[in-house]
Amino acid sequence: MGYQLNFAPVWRDFDLLLSGLGLGLAMAVFAILVGCLIGLAAAFAMVSKNAVLRRVASTYVTIIRNMPLFFLIIFTYFVVPEQLGVRIGKVEAFVATLAIYAGAYLTEVFRGALLALPRGLREAGLSIGLTEWQTRLWVILPVMLRNALPALANNFISLFKDTSLAAAIAVPDLTFYARQINVNTFRVIETWSVCSLMYVTTCYLIAAGLRVAERRLAIPR
Amino acid sequence: MSEEASLETPVLQIENLHKKFTHVEVLKGVDLAMKSGDVVSVIGSSGSGKTTMLRCVNMLEDFQEGHIRIDGEEIGYLPGPDRKPKKEVEVARQRAMTGMVFQQFNLFPHMTALGNVTLGLTKVKKLPQDEAVAIAEKWLARVGMLDRRGHYPGQLSGGQQQRVAIARAVAMSPKVMLFDEVTSALDPELVNEVLNVIKALAGDGMTMLLVTHEMKFAFEVSDRVVFMNQGRIEEQGKPEELFRNPQSKRLAEFLKSAQF
Repeated sequence: MGYQLNFAPVWRDFDLLLSGLGLGLAMAVFAILVGCLIGLAAAFAMVSKNAVLRRVASTYVTIIRNMPLFFLIIFTYFVVPEQLGVRIGKVEAFVATLAIYAGAYLTEVFRGALLALPRGLREAGLSIGLTEWQTRLWVILPVMLRNALPALANNFISLFKDTSLAAAIAVPDLTFYARQINVNTFRVIETWSVCSLMYVTTCYLIAAGLRVAERRLAIPR
Repeated sequence: MSEEASLETPVLQIENLHKKFTHVEVLKGVDLAMKSGDVVSVIGSSGSGKTTMLRCVNMLEDFQEGHIRIDGEEIGYLPGPDRKPKKEVEVARQRAMTGMVFQQFNLFPHMTALGNVTLGLTKVKKLPQDEAVAIAEKWLARVGMLDRRGHYPGQLSGGQQQRVAIARAVAMSPKVMLFDEVTSALDPELVNEVLNVIKALAGDGMTMLLVTHEMKFAFEVSDRVVFMNQGRIEEQGKPEELFRNPQSKRLAEFLKSAQF
């Protein structure tokens, strides 16, 4: 009893925690950007007339979405390099995994947004002489991405929190440093409560920022 | 094009058009020819194939037999018995030869009225922005929407949206304008503002093929009225003759039920 809170050891290494937070954010941003590209391609594949494309895309979603992220990380970092005889950096392996993982979820987000579009939109684009690709680029994507934005924001926050799993393969993110400080100082409560607050604050700010973006980008009506 | 050529080559020629949706044959051999400046209205009960025919001309539907030619140019399929579809870029170019106006307007919701009209001009016709804007503004003025050029579709009434949609289509200077029941989704009090715009275009000598349920309008605006029934053209003629003196029993029944 009589535990005395002492945050001094945590503040001393606060720059480490901040650098960890920054790395986590950078990894999440990169993963969502690449994940969006994968997700868009796979979503268009899922609604295409080509049965092979549909099959490939749905197999990808099924496998990736139904595997725990932790397994996927272990798989890319330990199993793949050994089987292929290549070296992959920790951060690279993690970001690649996260992007592929995000892509599977975003495929479903974009597919839903595509299905929600009125059929006439594509036809209107085609009827003025745009090609299928031009119609996708100038008509379908701008409308569909706006509709997908709330779900996209949700996914990004989720993805940012998932970066804490990077500590499992010793990527120096926030969770990694939290563990390190915890082990070195035995300040369990102080360390984890500060780090939790950092995650919560960051996520809150991301959500607020994305809501502003959503309002700015909303189609006037 | 010289006067003579325009007399010889129909702007739009539909020949023995057959269209199947998996098992149902919707068009069972349709023939129709239009000269430059013709205004032709297609009437008939729902399911008779009017809209499908129009969509075939705009290549939004494929078809299994027959030919469609615009200014003598074969639409959609390469010549030859195996009927290979034309390349997508080629189809897109041919689509721009017709202007389509839809029942549900289908404006691009993320673009202003002006943006809706300029998109095709800058991306398909590759015009510089200022030229595209000048053309778009000319047409928006023509449909009485110039003062709303900065409005988004969501901020416009149905009738206003449809007028922008007409401007979007005519701005591409198509050889034929296709109107697909363009007033069916409008509140009754908004129908006339759209019909008046179409009438004015007809007065300008625009070649137009209209699918419509507005019998009075079809009567007033058309050079010729075509009655479709069960995938075929059952009867056609000048509006006065067709409406006053229908030859087929089906048309007589249809006109009676349309309370014209």
